[in-house]
Amino acid sequence: MNFKNICQFSDDRKVRIPSGCGIAGIFNKHGELLSGEIIVRAIDSMKDRGNGLGSGYAGYGIYQDCRNYWCFHLLYNQATARDQVEQYLKTYFNVKLSEQIPTRKVKSIKNPPVLWRYFLETKEQMPSEKEENLIVSVCMGINHNANDAFVISSGKNMGIFKGVGEPSEIADFYKLEDYKGYLWTGHNRFPTNTVGWWGGAHPFGLLDWSVVHNGEISSYGVNRRYLENFGYYCSLFTDTEVITYLFDLLARRQNLSLDTIGKIIAAPFWIQLENYSDEEKHLLKWLRIIYGPALVNGPFSIIVARSNFMLGINDRVKLRPLVAAEKGSTFFLASEESAICCMEKNPDRTWTPKAGTMTVCFYEKEHYGNSKDCT
Amino acid sequence: MAIPKIVPDFRVIRDENLCINCQACCRVCSNDTHSFDQNIAKIISDHRKCVGCHFCEEICSTGALTIEKCYSQIRENFNWNEVDFKNLMKQAHSGGILLTGMGNDRPWINYFDHIVLNASQVTNPSIDPLREPMEIKTFIGRKPDSIEQLKKEKKLPILLETEIPVLFSAMSYGSISLNACKSIAAAAWEAKTYWNTGEGGLPESLKKFVSRTIVQVASGRFGVDARYLNEASAIEIKIGQGAKPGIGGHLPGEKVTADISAARKIPEGTDAISPAPHHDIYSIEDLKQLIYALKETVDYKKPVGVKVAAVHNIAPIVSGIVRAGADFVTIDGFRGGTGAAPVVIRNNVGIPIEIAIATVDSRLRQEGIRNHASIIAAGGIRSSADVVKAIALGADAVYIGTATLVALGCHICQKCYTGKCNWGIATQDPYLTRRLNPEIGKRRLTNLLRAWALEIKEMMGGMGINAIESLRGNRDQLRGIGLNDKELALLGIKHAGDAW
Amino acid sequence: MVKNSKRKTINTIIAREEFCIGCRLCEIACITAHSKTKNIIKAFKGEYPLPDSAIVFEEKGHISFALQCRHCDDALCVECCITGAMTKKDGKVIYRKELCVGCWMCVMVCSFGVISPDITASKIKSKCDFCLETGKPACVEICPNEALVLKEDNEQD
Repeated sequence: MNFKNICQFSDDRKVRIPSGCGIAGIFNKHGELLSGEIIVRAIDSMKDRGNGLGSGYAGYGIYQDCRNYWCFHLLYNQATARDQVEQYLKTYFNVKLSEQIPTRKVKSIKNPPVLWRYFLETKEQMPSEKEENLIVSVCMGINHNANDAFVISSGKNMGIFKGVGEPSEIADFYKLEDYKGYLWTGHNRFPTNTVGWWGGAHPFGLLDWSVVHNGEISSYGVNRRYLENFGYYCSLFTDTEVITYLFDLLARRQNLSLDTIGKIIAAPFWIQLENYSDEEKHLLKWLRIIYGPALVNGPFSIIVARSNFMLGINDRVKLRPLVAAEKGSTFFLASEESAICCMEKNPDRTWTPKAGTMTVCFYEKEHYGNSKDCT
Repeated sequence: MAIPKIVPDFRVIRDENLCINCQACCRVCSNDTHSFDQNIAKIISDHRKCVGCHFCEEICSTGALTIEKCYSQIRENFNWNEVDFKNLMKQAHSGGILLTGMGNDRPWINYFDHIVLNASQVTNPSIDPLREPMEIKTFIGRKPDSIEQLKKEKKLPILLETEIPVLFSAMSYGSISLNACKSIAAAAWEAKTYWNTGEGGLPESLKKFVSRTIVQVASGRFGVDARYLNEASAIEIKIGQGAKPGIGGHLPGEKVTADISAARKIPEGTDAISPAPHHDIYSIEDLKQLIYALKETVDYKKPVGVKVAAVHNIAPIVSGIVRAGADFVTIDGFRGGTGAAPVVIRNNVGIPIEIAIATVDSRLRQEGIRNHASIIAAGGIRSSADVVKAIALGADAVYIGTATLVALGCHICQKCYTGKCNWGIATQDPYLTRRLNPEIGKRRLTNLLRAWALEIKEMMGGMGINAIESLRGNRDQLRGIGLNDKELALLGIKHAGDAW
Repeated sequence: MVKNSKRKTINTIIAREEFCIGCRLCEIACITAHSKTKNIIKAFKGEYPLPDSAIVFEEKGHISFALQCRHCDDALCVECCITGAMTKKDGKVIYRKELCVGCWMCVMVCSFGVISPDITASKIKSKCDFCLETGKPACVEICPNEALVLKEDNEQD
C-alpha cells in the first residue's frame, strides 16, 4: 500500500463526513433469487446522487451453500493485518472457509484494499442470542481497535460489497452479476470530502443487518452518546453506523416491534398525538420520554434490511425522498421513482411513504401477506 | 489619622436644562439620594447614597438624570483594583464581613461566551419553525431504562412536564417580595413551566399556582409540613447555592412580617436562620434517608430533587445523589445569584456551570445512569443562547433567577441584602413592594419566556433539529472559541474549525 | 358587531391604590397635557402661568392614590351649576371656564372633593376633561406601575 492510501484510511475513519446519496432496495418476499445486476441498474440510474466516491450493495441469500455459517467480509488496508485478524477470529471460531473475495480488474479502480471473506462457526454451541452478542463484540473489537482491518459485513447467507468508485464500476469489480439473492440494497454516495475510504462506503452491516441511508443526522451526537450507554462504540463516525446500532439495540436486544421502533426513530409530533387513541397516546408519550435520545433528527431516508424483511423509513418532515412500489411478490424502495422503473417497468402500485412513517415488507414463505404501509 | 472617606460608586448627573423640579426622584429613592432644597429651589443629589439601581433614571419623565460610574480613580494598579481597595476600606471601617447580593461579578471566564452553535448549510436543510413543528416540551424526573421496565413498574414514574425547558429558580418569599413571587408563579402557570418557592414556604395567596410549584426543603426547614409537600408538584432538597456554597442563610427578624411568618411557619419578628449544612445530613446516606422520608410523605407521587452548588467534586457528588434516589439534580454554578452572601464567598467559591454540566453529564452517561435523573442547570443563564448551549452540553432544563428579576425591573445593583430594593423585588417595605405590580410582572415574564422559546426554536431549526431531545447532550453542535485543550476536553466539545 | 347598533363605550379611570408608588408623575402629565405647548420641558421651563393639575393626590403612610373627576352619571356639579359652565358631553363632565362666574357650588356639592376653587381668579382651578382632545388620559398613559388604568365598559343602550 502506498502512503497516500494509508492517509486516506485514517482520515475518513476519524471524522464524520456528511454526504448526499441515492439508495434503492429490492426484495422478493417469496425468496425467489434475483441476479445482482438488477440493483446495479437501479443505483446506476441515479448517477447524480453520487460523485464516484463510494457505492456499495448488500445481497441476501447469496451464499446458499454456506447459509448456516457466519460470513465475515473483511477489508484489509495492509496485507499484514490479515494474520492478526485471522488469529483473533480463530480464538472464537472454527473457520470453515477462508478465501479472497473474487474481483476483476477495473481500470478506474486503483489500489483496492485486500478483500477477504470467511465462513465461520462458533467453537462451542451457544444460544443464538449469546452467539449474536459474540459476533457484535468481535466486530466492534476489530473495527474499534485494528487500524488496518475493517469488518464490512458479518451476517449469515448475506454479504456487503462496497468500495470507492461509481456504482457500475464497483459492481464490475466485485463481479456482482455472479451472485443471486432474494433481497438487494444498494447505495450511491456523494460525500462532501474528496478522501474516500472503502470502509466508509455504504451499506453498513452488523450481523444480518444492513443499512443504506441518505441524509445527515443532526441528532448524531445524542444518538452516539445514547448508544455508548449500551456498549456500542461508533468507530466510523457515520450516520449509517449509528442507525444500524439503534436498530440492533431496539429490535434485537430490547425486542421491540418494528412498528414501535418506527415510532421511536421518527416519533410523531406531540400535536399529532391527537389522532391516536388514549392507549396509543400513553404508549407514544412514554416511548418519547424513554427513547427521546434515540429519536433520529435531521433529514433522512433509510432502507434497513435483514434476512426476513426490508423496510424504508423517512424523517418526521420528509426532508429526503423515498418511493415505494410493489409488483406481485416483489417489493421496491428507492430514492427516485426512476430507479424503481429501472428494476420494474410496470409496478402494480407505486406510492410515496408519508413523512415519519415506516414501510415494511416481510419475507413470507407461505405466500401470504402484502407489503405493509405502517402509517 | 484622618479617617478616609469611601469614594462613592456612582455619580448622579442631573441636566439642569431638563430638570423641571417635579421631585419624582426625591419621592421614589429609598436611599434618600435626592432631596429638594427649598432655599435654592433645586434638587440636590448625594452621590454617596446612590446604589446604582437606576430607578430614578427610569422614572424621570424628562430624562434629566443619568447615573454614571464615579470616575474618581486611585492610581492605576492592576494588583490593587478599585473593588478590592474599596472593600478593604469598608472593612477597616466596619470590622465585619462584607455582604452583597446577586451573582459573582468578577471577570472570570464565561464559557458560554466561548461556545458557538452550528447551523445547517447545503448538506442538510435548516428547518423553519414558522412552517414546521418545533418541539421543546421537556420532561423532568426519573425515566425508566426501557419500555419493558416501565411495564414492570407498579406505578408510573411521575414526571414534571414543561412546555419550555426554562424554570424559575428558587427565590424565597422573604428574600423577594410577595408581588415578585406572584409575578413569577403566575408566569410559570401561564407559560406551563415551574417556579420554585425557595425556602420561603408557600404563602396562602399563591396556592392557586400549586400545580406549577416546586417546593424547597432547605436546612432551616421553613414552611415545611406534610401539606406543603403534598400540595406541590415536586420537592427540591436544597443543599447548596451557587453564590454561597457551604454557607447558610439569615433572614433578619425585621423582615419576618406576619405574612412571612405564616408562610415560613415561624414566630413573627424572629430571625430565620438556615444553618450551613442540614444537621440531619452529614453524609450521602443521610441524604438518601431524607429523600426517601420525603418520598414516603408524598406516597411516591412527586419527584424529589436535590440542589447543589457546583464545586470541584461535582461529578461524583451528583452521581452519588442520583444513586441516593434523587429524581432530578439542580446544579447551581458559581455565577448563581443570592439575596445576601459574603462578598468573599460569592466571588471565590465554586466552579462555572458550563463545566459542571459537561462533567456531570459525561459522568452519569459513563455510569449508565443518565436517565435516572434529570439535570437542571442554574447560575448564569442570561439568554436563550445560554439555554441552548447548556442543554447541548447535557442539561435537561435550566433555572433562571437573575434573568427573571431583570425582567421584573432589577438592575443588578447587588444591594438585595439591604432590603431597600427600589424596584420592589428584594424588599418587604410596604412603600417599595407596591412598586412591583404583579400583573405587569407576570406579563413581562411570560413575554420573556415566549421570546426565548421562539429564539430556542429558531436556533434549533438552524441546526436542523426539530425536537429538544435531539439537542440534549448533542455536543457535536457546539464548538469552542479561544479555549485550550483541557477546557475543550472538559466541555467535551471541539474547537471552532474542526469538522464533525 | 352590527354597524348601527347602539353601543357606547364608557371609560372610567380606576385608581388602584395597592400599586400607586407615590411618584406623582400623573400630576406632571396632567399639567403638561393641559399646557399650551403640550411639551413637558417647554411647559415647565417657559410657560407662565402653568395650568393646575386636575388630580387630587392623597397620601398617608405608604398608601397613596391619585383621584380625578369621576364623571358621575348623575353629576351634582352639573345639576347645581347656575350658568351651565358644567355640562355633560359624551358622558363626561366638561367645565367651560368662560361661562363660570365663580359661585363654587360645584366645589360644595362634589362628593369626591376633586373640584377646588381658584380664589384669585374666582373660577375653579382645574377640572379633569378626560383628555378628550387626545383620546387617552395623560395620567393613565404615564403611570409607571399601571396604578391608574382605564376601565372600558361596553354598555348596550
